[in-house]
Amino acid sequence: MRSIKNHLSLILALISILFAMQTYIVTKRSIDAYKQNLSSNYAIVVVSNRTLDINKLKQTDKIIKDIQQINVDKSIKKIDSTLDEKNIEFLKLTLPKFYKVILKKYPLPSEIEKLKKKLFENKSVTKIEDFKSSYEQTYKLLLLFYDVVSVFSFLIVVITVLLILKELRIWQFSHKERMNIMGLFGAPRWLSSAVLFRLAIVDAVLSSLLVYFSFLYIQGADFIKEQFESIGISVTLVSGFEDFGVMLGVALSISLALAVLIVITHKEEV
Amino acid sequence: MDKVIVAEGVSLGYNNYEMIINEATFSIDNGSFVFITGASGSGKSTLLKSFFGALKPKKGSLIVGGVELNSVSSSKLNLLRKHLGIVFQDYKLVNEWNIEKNIALPLLINGYEKSVIEKQVESLLKHVRLKHQSGKFPLELSGGEQQRVAMARALAHNPIMILADEPTGNLDDYSSQLIWNLLEGANEQLETTVVVVTHRIPQTLKVDYKHFHIEKGSIYEVN
Ligand SMILES: Nc1ncnc2c1ncn2[C@@H]1O[C@H](COP(=O)(O)OP(=O)(O)OP(=O)(O)O)[C@@H](O)[C@H]1O
Ligand SMILES: [Mg+2]
Repeated sequence: MRSIKNHLSLILALISILFAMQTYIVTKRSIDAYKQNLSSNYAIVVVSNRTLDINKLKQTDKIIKDIQQINVDKSIKKIDSTLDEKNIEFLKLTLPKFYKVILKKYPLPSEIEKLKKKLFENKSVTKIEDFKSSYEQTYKLLLLFYDVVSVFSFLIVVITVLLILKELRIWQFSHKERMNIMGLFGAPRWLSSAVLFRLAIVDAVLSSLLVYFSFLYIQGADFIKEQFESIGISVTLVSGFEDFGVMLGVALSISLALAVLIVITHKEEV
Repeated sequence: MDKVIVAEGVSLGYNNYEMIINEATFSIDNGSFVFITGASGSGKSTLLKSFFGALKPKKGSLIVGGVELNSVSSSKLNLLRKHLGIVFQDYKLVNEWNIEKNIALPLLINGYEKSVIEKQVESLLKHVRLKHQSGKFPLELSGGEQQRVAMARALAHNPIMILADEPTGNLDDYSSQLIWNLLEGANEQLETTVVVVTHRIPQTLKVDYKHFHIEKGSIYEVN
């Protein structure tokens, strides 16, 4: 009975660590996906009084993915449909040129500033519209969310580790008796601690399986899919074997480290 | 007759300033039957602990089964212990194992086959009259029953020497007699050396025995 309880406390501790870890990973993935989403919608508009060499402009910064000239024909027509061809041509020549700068990723505020500075080095650039304020808020909210989840996951891991260290003494005690007696009858260390290591491995495997399948289940749930779709992203909560491997690795390292700790601190008592 | 235990000037203690046994010199013959007596707290259990290497001599030399215990490696000590059968004063049964597994422990450590182990455990349970309790766990047994499990475990692997610390301490006359018969049987039939700590030497014993008495840290042979 006592051994089942010990089993459970290690499994629960491992589960809470794995859950915190995977939640952090999922949050990071969501934010990356959302950033990707933002960056594909986000663009800076550059206004110039002369036609710019698009290819040369692209070299300005690595962050630039593509630059397209904005066609102003339609806009002009909207202004006044009474203008004749000749006047339109003239207007086109005198109007500034508009360029849409598409970026590789959603930029940090500092990156926008840097890019603007570089673009202004071109003397014919007169104005740059970065739509900063409308995007910045969303982005800052996102970063805040990420920070909160990071701190939260970190705290869960720290608290669980502290709990484990406290439990360690109980485990030490419950394994001491058996290890001691086996040693008195001549069992080598590996044999008297075999049960301990088997327990550590079984607990690690069980807890990673449990967490893995819970995330798999959540991933399959409709409401989760809808929520992600509503913000226009799709996120893998758990990717096949890769995530399971990481979970198993973490769980095994923790439980085996504990087992080793118990074995090396074991002293014979008669 | 060769010696299974040779002690020369052995001092035993749990710290460096207070010795429980002081410079004791004695030997125990292979295949003999030995009683150790002494008042409570005189150091009987302490002496027994030194025989299986759980307590190293502070002084002198102690050789058990040809192994010098002052500076023994853990693998050599394990090898020696595999061939000893120990009955502890507090039994030291593994509470999370049933009595069969407890009795089987020395057999498991010595690498016996499963079928052999099962047969041996079954016959030992019969010998200590615990067949009706099979499958139970130590804490579900009375003190005397636990003591008999400890005795069965000590006999399981036909050890070269049995070290028993008050093996009849909790038993009535009938059960005590059972234990003496088992020890006598092992000594006579298998030439197992038997060292028993007891307060009361049984009068019914048929074998010849030696008797050591501990008093004030010294060990005397009583005739
Ligand atoms: N683990 C220990 N640490 C420190 N001192 C101990 C330890 N075990 C025993 N002692 C001390 O050693 C002395 C001898 O103890 P021991 O257990 O050998 O006595 P004993 O002759 O077996 O007594 P009893 O007949 O009551 O079992 C006692 O004074 C005891 O306090
Ligand atoms: Mg004692």
